[in-house]
Amino acid sequence: MATLELSLDETEAAPVQRRRRLGTLFWCAIGWTVLVFAVAIFADLLPLPSPTDMDMLERRAPISAEHWLGTDGLGRDELARLIYGARISLIVGLCAPMIGVTIGGALGILAGYFRGRFESFVVGSMDVLLAFPPLILALAVTAYLGQSIFNLTCILGVLGIPAFMRVARAATLTLARREFVIAAQALGATHAHILLRELLPNVLLPLIAFFLLGVAVTIVVEGSLSFLGLGVPPPISSWGSMIGEGRESLDVAPRLAFIPAIAMFLTVLSFNLIGDTMRALTDPRQGAL
Amino acid sequence: MSGALLSVEDAVVDLPTPRGNLRAVDHVDLAVGAGKTLGIVGESGCGKTMLSRAVLQLLPKKARLSGRVMFDGQDLTTLSAEKLRKLRGRSLAVVFQDPMTSLNPVLTIGTQLIETIQEHLELDLAQARQRSTELLAAVGIPAPEQRLAQYPHQLSGGMRQRVAIAVALSCEPQLLIADEPTTALDVTIQAQILDLLAREQQRRHMAMIIITHDLGVVAGRTDEVAVMYAGRVVERAPTPALFKQMRMPYTEALLAALPKLDVPPHTPLPAISGRPPDPTRPLKGCSFSPRCRYSAGRCSTEKPRLSPAETLEHLYACFHPLAAGSGA
Amino acid sequence: MMLQVASDPLMQVENLVVEYSVGGKTIHAVSDVSIEIARGETLGLVGESGCGKSTLGRAVLQLRQAVSGKVLFDGHDLTTLKGEALRNMRRRVQLIFQDPIASLNPRRRIGDIVAEPLVIAGVRDPEERKRRVSEVLSAVGLDPALVSGRLPHEFSGGQCQRICIARSLVLNPEFVICDEPVSALDVSIRAQILNLLEEMKARYGLTLLFIAHDLAVVKAVSDRVAVMYLGRLCEVGPSEQLFARPAHPYTALLIEAIPVPDPDVRPTTSVPVGEPPSPIAPPSGCRFRTRCPRADARCASEVPELRVVAPGQFAACHHPLI
Repeated sequence: MATLELSLDETEAAPVQRRRRLGTLFWCAIGWTVLVFAVAIFADLLPLPSPTDMDMLERRAPISAEHWLGTDGLGRDELARLIYGARISLIVGLCAPMIGVTIGGALGILAGYFRGRFESFVVGSMDVLLAFPPLILALAVTAYLGQSIFNLTCILGVLGIPAFMRVARAATLTLARREFVIAAQALGATHAHILLRELLPNVLLPLIAFFLLGVAVTIVVEGSLSFLGLGVPPPISSWGSMIGEGRESLDVAPRLAFIPAIAMFLTVLSFNLIGDTMRALTDPRQGAL
Repeated sequence: MSGALLSVEDAVVDLPTPRGNLRAVDHVDLAVGAGKTLGIVGESGCGKTMLSRAVLQLLPKKARLSGRVMFDGQDLTTLSAEKLRKLRGRSLAVVFQDPMTSLNPVLTIGTQLIETIQEHLELDLAQARQRSTELLAAVGIPAPEQRLAQYPHQLSGGMRQRVAIAVALSCEPQLLIADEPTTALDVTIQAQILDLLAREQQRRHMAMIIITHDLGVVAGRTDEVAVMYAGRVVERAPTPALFKQMRMPYTEALLAALPKLDVPPHTPLPAISGRPPDPTRPLKGCSFSPRCRYSAGRCSTEKPRLSPAETLEHLYACFHPLAAGSGA
Repeated sequence: MMLQVASDPLMQVENLVVEYSVGGKTIHAVSDVSIEIARGETLGLVGESGCGKSTLGRAVLQLRQAVSGKVLFDGHDLTTLKGEALRNMRRRVQLIFQDPIASLNPRRRIGDIVAEPLVIAGVRDPEERKRRVSEVLSAVGLDPALVSGRLPHEFSGGQCQRICIARSLVLNPEFVICDEPVSALDVSIRAQILNLLEEMKARYGLTLLFIAHDLAVVKAVSDRVAVMYLGRLCEVGPSEQLFARPAHPYTALLIEAIPVPDPDVRPTTSVPVGEPPSPIAPPSGCRFRTRCPRADARCASEVPELRVVAPGQFAACHHPLI
């Protein structure tokens, strides 16, 4: 007879629950990220001295029981500044790519799906944005609107839009040609339905992977801008500004530059590691033959 | 099997996968004599491509091969990388399914042909160029002189496959392995390419292995056919003998499942139920037994060995072979 | 309007022209094709790759914009419908693709994929959706309880094609376009899917447009067969008649080129060399003339019209074989 029922054992045999060893490195990265987030969020509750209280008698004090990481050039507690700095670095590092992923991702999916003039317009304007020297833009905005965390986040967010747009558009272009999208069109699905139900879940994945990378990059860029004095206004600390301030005493107290640098290095590395692992884990075809 | 140009003896290919060990090729013996054509038929995943890779010593890095691959008196499994490289292209050539991926897209056809020729034969540039033109003409490419300057993407699929064959033939190989050479092509082009391969094989007296999933492709164009299922050769016979009398139920079912032109429309096809077993979970008995309508008794507990039928050339692995006079 | 063979046509394609541009060059994918499909019939559409058969299938569904011509489905011209009206009509016409794995969204579960048409069609009741999904999944030979929660990559090509067929049937369509539904499948699985399509056709009273490049496959399921070459119809006729006595030299060539699984049938070497010309600049007159053994001056100057060569059989050739 024609129909061949697939026997139970056969369909049961098909999928194999894949158990993937994530590795110690991944768990170290998770551990570090959780630690940084925890201290940044609960900084106010921790028994820390104020990060802005200066003590001119205790300038560049070495590591002691009172100051676990010593004090900086103005006698402020280094650990407190590091933890409050983590706050700024994380807020900027998370919020700026969030702006990028939302606006850039939406533009990219729309451009990749609808093509035509809209796509040319989006791609063209992104090229203009990319061609604009980012440092000049940052300088111009801070000159006009003043230095603040909000302005800094917005600048970095806008600068990230083209990259996210490109990732989303490239992914959409290949997906939109796939049969399952055409199948949905053939079923009479609306554009909104296709964009949200068929395309978005598939485009989201490369976007999230890129987002984690974006977080890492933004933390570094924020550091560079703060280092140049274009970032958060003093006396608020961020890792970048701490490195910048530490630069003046590199010969006498190198730890003042190196401790925030190491914190930044570990955080960026962790985000990259987590991003890579997440991408590998969530690919539905990984592990399948 | 003496006198064979290529003989594969008890070849086993294991591939480690996240789901466990995958036995792609399971104790296979094959032989091809000089000037003969062997057809290897099987569905996707039956191990036919891995077997050809084993012959070429081009298996994936993590794959393990045991057994012997004797080619022209030497065991390829023990040859050094350098000697193998010299052998491949010179004496052993291959044509792949997709000519778009087997040709380098950024080099002209002329460069690819001339480089291959100069790599293996001691010819100067003018001679190599001359030979390239002759080869392109031989594989039926019009205006071969001009084609030398073209890139693969400027040619159609059929033309690209002709170029790939020209590259394979460039050094007069003793053995040509054609791995699904026409699967990516249209029927009319498929017929042309198969004719071309047969003609060149006869003219050059080379041995050829055609790997395909289509029994129709091997029927008129091979001397011997080996049918593979789940990594094993399940039936092997001279082509006329095989089509006259199939002994292994799988071979017969495979032939029966092909839609035929002489049957009226809407005739239900005698399909094979189910699908091939998971190669990472080998069955204890005959791999085909879960789908076989003759399966009974020891079929599910014991593996049948490849053994001769009425003639020594006709081998099959089945406990309940189709009786002579029945079948297709 | 010359192919009035069906007394009760469900789908009528009239003088359809589809062209699109790639890199500034116009591709003449479908040129002036007229064809009718009767209710309950299976029409096979064959041709080599690039002949426009898939484009024709998609243009029928309005997934490709036609330059001119009409597509009448049950009396309604789909080319003039827009928005909601078109979407409503599309639900009565379904499409099955060549690559079953690519036509399933890799991130969604089988139950959701098969229920999708119902969601789009506005079936709100989840119980009703579940019931319909279970019904079609069982109909195509899959156990709903086992497959619903799984992702497409857990299934083989043949099983994915069963899922695609289930999805196309869940809205009880009248017309299904099968675009090379078995060419990506292995021989043993191919027969299963062909049988399943036949069975589903009988069970749900479907009308099929079956597009394929393999003549033997087309013959196995079709009542009538249409042969396309470079965007034009060459020949249309009842399948047995067309295979027994092809009138167009191209049809004859296609039949001859099929490898026969019989060693006694020595492969003919009469298959002409040469390949289809580019659809960017198709030959004048009869498009097959560049490969045709019978071509003469008239073939280059005059486009052959489809005309009757035998009862129910039409061919577009100045020098038909019958």
